[in-house]
Formats: sequence, structure tokens, C-alpha cells
Amino acid sequence: MHKYANPARFTRLANAILPWATGVMILAFCYGLYLIVTNSYVDSKQGETVRIMYIHVPAAMMSMAAYASVALASFVYLVWRHPLATIAGKAMAYLGAGFTMIALLTGMLWGKPMWGTYWIWDARLTSMLILLFLYMGYLALWSAMESHEKAARATAILALVGVVNLPIIKYSVEWWNTLHQPASRLLGENPNIHPDLQAPLWIMIIAFQAYFVVFTLVRMKLEINKRKIASLKASRIHALSEDTL
Amino acid sequence: MRKSIVFWALLKRDIVLAYTQGGSAGVVIAFFMITLVLYPFGVGPDPIILANISVGVIWVTALLSCLLSLDRLFQMDREDGSLDDVMMSPLSLEMSVLAKTIAHWVATILPIIILAPLLASLLNMPQESYGMLLLSLAIGTPALSFIGAIGAALTLTIKRGSALVALLILPLYIPTLIFGVGAVSATTNDQNALPHLLLLGAVSLLSMLISPIASASAIKMAQE
Repeated sequence: MHKYANPARFTRLANAILPWATGVMILAFCYGLYLIVTNSYVDSKQGETVRIMYIHVPAAMMSMAAYASVALASFVYLVWRHPLATIAGKAMAYLGAGFTMIALLTGMLWGKPMWGTYWIWDARLTSMLILLFLYMGYLALWSAMESHEKAARATAILALVGVVNLPIIKYSVEWWNTLHQPASRLLGENPNIHPDLQAPLWIMIIAFQAYFVVFTLVRMKLEINKRKIASLKASRIHALSEDTL
Repeated sequence: MRKSIVFWALLKRDIVLAYTQGGSAGVVIAFFMITLVLYPFGVGPDPIILANISVGVIWVTALLSCLLSLDRLFQMDREDGSLDDVMMSPLSLEMSVLAKTIAHWVATILPIIILAPLLASLLNMPQESYGMLLLSLAIGTPALSFIGAIGAALTLTIKRGSALVALLILPLYIPTLIFGVGAVSATTNDQNALPHLLLLGAVSLLSMLISPIASASAIKMAQE
């Protein structure tokens, strides 16, 4: 694992993956959006609003997957002190917060025609909102601390505490109030989404996953370069001050 | 044997310090009372409305009072240097954190629990719920102190970090709030409160397990 702790080696690996992932992302988004607009069957009860689902479901899936990835990266950082893990965690948290916001906003837009209101204190909406606050806390802690090393450790501890609490929050909120339909099932014995609606959804899920991979790598490369510039600047200042002495 | 003496000494020291000069326990208790008195002005003096919201309002205010007192938990010791002494004591840092957090609960939260029935009567809460309110607060509030300790430890190096502590900690308080209010509501509606209390106890015990480990590692990071 420490083989890829070397930033140069990581950048080479990222550069090899990026074109492919970007290609998959663009193709999947284009084909998926095309299917959604032209080819999707209109649901008898939901009407045209069923199209919102194709954005909402992948975003909701990715918002939770991203938090799990942040927690995993934090664990790797705390146990093995892998320097790239913490950079990955930060990059994925930004994306996860974005996915959570998309899921919340599309959910609200769907809720207005379907439930008659933008917001209801339903269990799944509420736990999504809490997830957004967890992301905000994690990112706020990153920006509040001056030293990168300390921020990395503090945010990693927070992410692990958060991931232990997440299921407790989810079940307590579920018990508290429930209106949202049970989660959409795509696999297993009886998927509760009609097969005609499934194809565009799968393609959009692939598109969102590719987006996550591409922008995690891009953000990590940016962060590595940012830190490289900072250390170059620091060594230059050091050299200059030695010259004047 | 020696370790338990250190444990109790640290516990006692923190409780005493909370009420002497610079300690904020008294102010936090006053905050709890004045905030609860604000609600009738906000929602109007209608006894029925006040009775309906009383449980939730008392629990939320207890939660905010706990939050307000958290920055004192490790910050003061860090400023005067005694946190380094605590770290060098024969007690492991995890156990020291446990002692300090229990002291925080005893000094700050316990008085709030004792005062809760008095404030409940001002909010016209039905009298048969008083016992359950006390019980749910007693079982649930340790979770507030323990989870709060993590937030206090994580923001130890940040100046004026109290707003950040709120953002970090309040989402994690939600299960405690739900089960605590749920237990009292269940009694008021003639339902079984036991499942709520058991879950509340589970949250408290789990946070008691996790908090010393997470807080201690955050403090070590801050003191490096």
C-alpha cells in the first residue's frame, strides 16, 4: 500500500486512470440523460416527475457511499499514517457533500408535486439532512486547523466517530417518523422498480460513480500540487533568508 | 490501587474547579433556566401549547447547556498547563478523560436534571411525567457529556472553536434527543417507555466506550 505513498507515483497512476474514467463518465452521462429525456416510460402515478428519480437515486446512493469511503480513508490514515489517505478523504468529503445536496434538492422538487410539500420531517429526508451536517462539520474542521498534520488526524477521528454514529442516527430517526417509501431495490428476487425504468437508472449510477472517481483523483492531484507549491515557497524563503545572512 | 486514587482525585478536582473562580457550572445552570423561561414569551402563555412542547424544550435546552459548557472541559487545563500534568500521571489518558467527563456531568448536568421538574412545572408539564423526565435525563445525559468531550478534544487547538463544536457535536446528539423525548412522550400517551429507556442507555454506554478513546487520541494530537 505504501508503494503509492509517493506522490509522483500516485500522480502517474491517476494520470493513467483519468482518461478512461473521464470517457466512461461523459459517455454514461450523455447516454443516460438521452434515455431519461426521450426514452423513459412515464409512471402512471408519478407522471413526468419520475424522471427526477434518475438523478435523485444515484446521488443519494453516492452520498452515503462517499461517507463510507471517507471513513475508510480515515481509518487507513489513522492506522498506517498513509499520507494520501487523508488527501483522498478530504477530496471525497467535498464530493459527498455535493451529492447529499443534490439528493436533498431533487427530493424536495419531487416532493412538491407528489407529497404536496417541499419538506417533510420524514425519516429518510431527515437523516439525509443530518448527513449533510456531518459532512459540513468534517469540512469545517479541515479548514479551521492551521497545521495539515493536525487537521488530518482530527478530521480522521471525527469521520470515524461519525461513521459509528451514522447507523444509530439513521435508525433512531426512522423510528421517530417515516413517510418515505422503502428504498428502491434493483437487485435481489423482486426488484421494486419496473424493468423499463431500470436501464437509464443503472446508466446514471455508473455515470455518478465515474464522476466520483474522476473528481476524487482531480481533487487529490490538486491538493498534492498545492502542498508542493507551499513547500517550494517555504524552501525558497528559507534559501533567501540564508543568502541575506 | 494508586491509579484509582488518582482517578478520584482528578474527578474531585474538576468538580471543585467547576464551582470555584473561573469555573462556569453556575453560569451554565443559569443559562438553562433563563433559556427555558424565554419559551413562553416566544410561543405565548397558552398552558396547553406549553404542556405539549415542554418535554422537547427541556431536552433541547439541556443539550444546548451541555454544549455551552464543553469548551471548558479541556481548554482551561490546556491554558494553565495542567493538561500536561494530567497526561504524565500514572493514569492512562483515556481514564483521565473518563474522570474529567464524569466530573463535567456531575458538576454541570446533574444540577440541570435536579432543576428540570421545577422548570417543567413552569411549562405546565403534566405531573405524572415528572418521574419519567428525570429518569430519561439521568440515563441519557451522560451521552451528551461523552460525545461532547470528543468535540471539545478535537477543537482544542482552535481558538474560539465553540461554534465549530456545535456543528461537530449537535448532529451526534440527535439519537439521544429522540429516545429521551420518546420515553417521556410514551408515558404521557400511556405507552411502554422501556424500549426508549433501554436504547437511551445503550447510546450512553456506547458513547462512554468510544469517547475516552477518541478524545484521548485527539488530545495527544493537540499536545504534540
